[in-house]
Amino acid sequence: MKRTATMLAAAAMGLTMLAGCAGGGAAGGGNAAGDTIKVGLNYELSGPVATYGQASVQGIEMAVDEINNGGGVKGKKIELVKYDNKSEPAEATTLASKLTSSDKVLTIIGPATSGAFKAEIPVATRAKVPAVSGSATADDVTVGAQGVQEYAFRTCFNDSFQGTAMAKWAAEKKNAKSALIIKDNSSDYSKGLADNFKKTFTAAGGQIVGEEAYVTNDTDFNAILTRAKGQKFDVIYLPGYYNEAGLIIKQARAQGITAPILGGDGFDSPTLLQLAGASALTDVYFTNHYSSLDKDAKVQKFISDFKAKYNTEPSAFNALGYDTAKFVADAANRASDVNAEGIKTAMADTKDFSGVTGSFSMDANHNPVKTIVVIGMKNGQQSTAEKVAS
Amino acid sequence: MKKGLVSFLVKAVPLLAAWAIVLVLINAGIVTDYYLATMATICINIVLAVSLNLITGFTGQFSLGHAGFMAIGAYTCAMVTMAEPSVLGFVGGLLGGGVLAALVGLLVGLPTLRLRGDYLAIATLGMAEIIRIILLNQDATNGAAGLSGIPAFLDWNWMFFLTVATVWIIANFLHSSQGRACISVREDEIAAESIGVHTVRSKVLAFMIGAFFAGIAGGMYASYFYFIKPDLFGFLKSVDILVIVVLGGLGSLSGSIIAAILLALISTALQPFPELRMIIYSLALVVIMIFRPQGLMGSREVSLGVLNRFRRREPAVATASAAPAIRRDDDEEVV
Repeated sequence: MKRTATMLAAAAMGLTMLAGCAGGGAAGGGNAAGDTIKVGLNYELSGPVATYGQASVQGIEMAVDEINNGGGVKGKKIELVKYDNKSEPAEATTLASKLTSSDKVLTIIGPATSGAFKAEIPVATRAKVPAVSGSATADDVTVGAQGVQEYAFRTCFNDSFQGTAMAKWAAEKKNAKSALIIKDNSSDYSKGLADNFKKTFTAAGGQIVGEEAYVTNDTDFNAILTRAKGQKFDVIYLPGYYNEAGLIIKQARAQGITAPILGGDGFDSPTLLQLAGASALTDVYFTNHYSSLDKDAKVQKFISDFKAKYNTEPSAFNALGYDTAKFVADAANRASDVNAEGIKTAMADTKDFSGVTGSFSMDANHNPVKTIVVIGMKNGQQSTAEKVAS
Repeated sequence: MKKGLVSFLVKAVPLLAAWAIVLVLINAGIVTDYYLATMATICINIVLAVSLNLITGFTGQFSLGHAGFMAIGAYTCAMVTMAEPSVLGFVGGLLGGGVLAALVGLLVGLPTLRLRGDYLAIATLGMAEIIRIILLNQDATNGAAGLSGIPAFLDWNWMFFLTVATVWIIANFLHSSQGRACISVREDEIAAESIGVHTVRSKVLAFMIGAFFAGIAGGMYASYFYFIKPDLFGFLKSVDILVIVVLGGLGSLSGSIIAAILLALISTALQPFPELRMIIYSLALVVIMIFRPQGLMGSREVSLGVLNRFRRREPAVATASAAPAIRRDDDEEVV
């Protein structure tokens, strides 16, 4: 018994130490009614999906620079507090607590992925601070088991709409009667798109001739494609991310499969072109948030400004980040009181907000009602862009 | 008897004081949710590291599947508390997860631990992947999307109690005859067998206890962070836990505790510098391993028992009694 209880001490001491630090830290924070509007960024800046987070933050920072140079919101400048959640949901939860309790932000933007965003929502709800994501597309993000999440918003369409819109487009514009689905079984995003495509496509009188599955990080898809080659279908629906989709497109074309290949916004990356090669990327279509082919003046100005600032073509994540920051500023501008509660109410009441990724109004479930773009690719280049309304 | 009681109090009082101080600070609003979340991470990592140290550091069995046991505990606790959102459901889910993890540990451990060598590493690696894939493909676990909206029950009282209880039980186990048998297996399996230690039973027992507490840690995680998905419990999570154990010192419980706290503090301190964070964090690991290849503590322990010495020597000359804070346990352990 003499020593059995002894090890616990270190734990206790460490925790008290930490508590000591905590006291010092919290005393320094708390900038309640200053002359800035504090907005927290909780993004994936390192880890497996760092590209999404970094791209979103680029867009957000550009938008905030524009707003601040234009005089800010109601005379107040927007101040960003940026943290890296390492692409880990638990870290997103921790940082959301930090942003709400220590930094006292009025709104949190991010994370980019649905999982991390879902991990943030309970914290935001408890602290009564609105959280907005520009790219969390999972259906159940803004609506939980107990109904709509009062403090969660997004500025992108959800997965079911992408699947539905693509099925509608394939049946009406491509006159497709039969489709083969190749989905990523380890991704909720891919499964969600596939399910909704299937539902709408069969409802429109189409037939699903088969469903093939792979998992993330697979590189050889010849077994799937050889099986597919023996079947007859008008289109292939491939709702996956660019890493696998690029290789599947390349291997499919190499096997002589010439049917149109349809996908979702996971295709939107320069990596797709590198992996598939220009010649394979013909007759490939995907649903996306915006297209650089859009002749709208607002879009063209965004593209040229973005190029001037970052010296590269903006991706959909850049555009969504930009729109999300503008959306927050717009809500703060319309809010009767510039505080978390006021901004939340203004967000929920958004009507006809006009952004780079289209104009939208918030519906009762805190989802934006907006159009989707179907981008067609020819020889590795985006050649057509058609808008499909919801 | 009285002396033992005083010695016990010397250890228990600082613990209770630490718990009470933090509780007061939380109620006063000085320890905010953010610091509490950091402490939750620390507590969960302590439970994970201490339980893995029992398997890898003390019994000498290299396991790469700790995240798998954690996943079992996390999903069990999440599903039970979602069906029965009460403290009773939480305790049931926590214990259920631990017991289920221990049973899986038995299933994997029994055949592989009969062998000598690194077979366990491969088998546990495979087991953790199987668990992850099963969770990924079940409708009940909501597949890759994971479970969200898990009721939160883990407050400061719970996390403190569970962490202290884990360390207490494992430390007690290590000082029991069964624990000594485990350490003898690590030192020399043949020698241990020759003096009558049932090596397979010792190894399986340590493995099951380790798995049980990994399950508890998983339940703690699910109950604090609201959201779990299969990806969280991949191979890298097992490696993260192993890093804490190796950094603290294989065969040192206090080492695991110190390393868990240290890593969390480094990670937290670097949060304002997202661009440099992982570089500095990794650099810190490399530097520590270069200067302390045996880990921060080696196989030594530091404990509250040190306070007993000060008590005894109080009347004596103060200068000479600056006893080393680190005490070697070699005299008691089989080396």
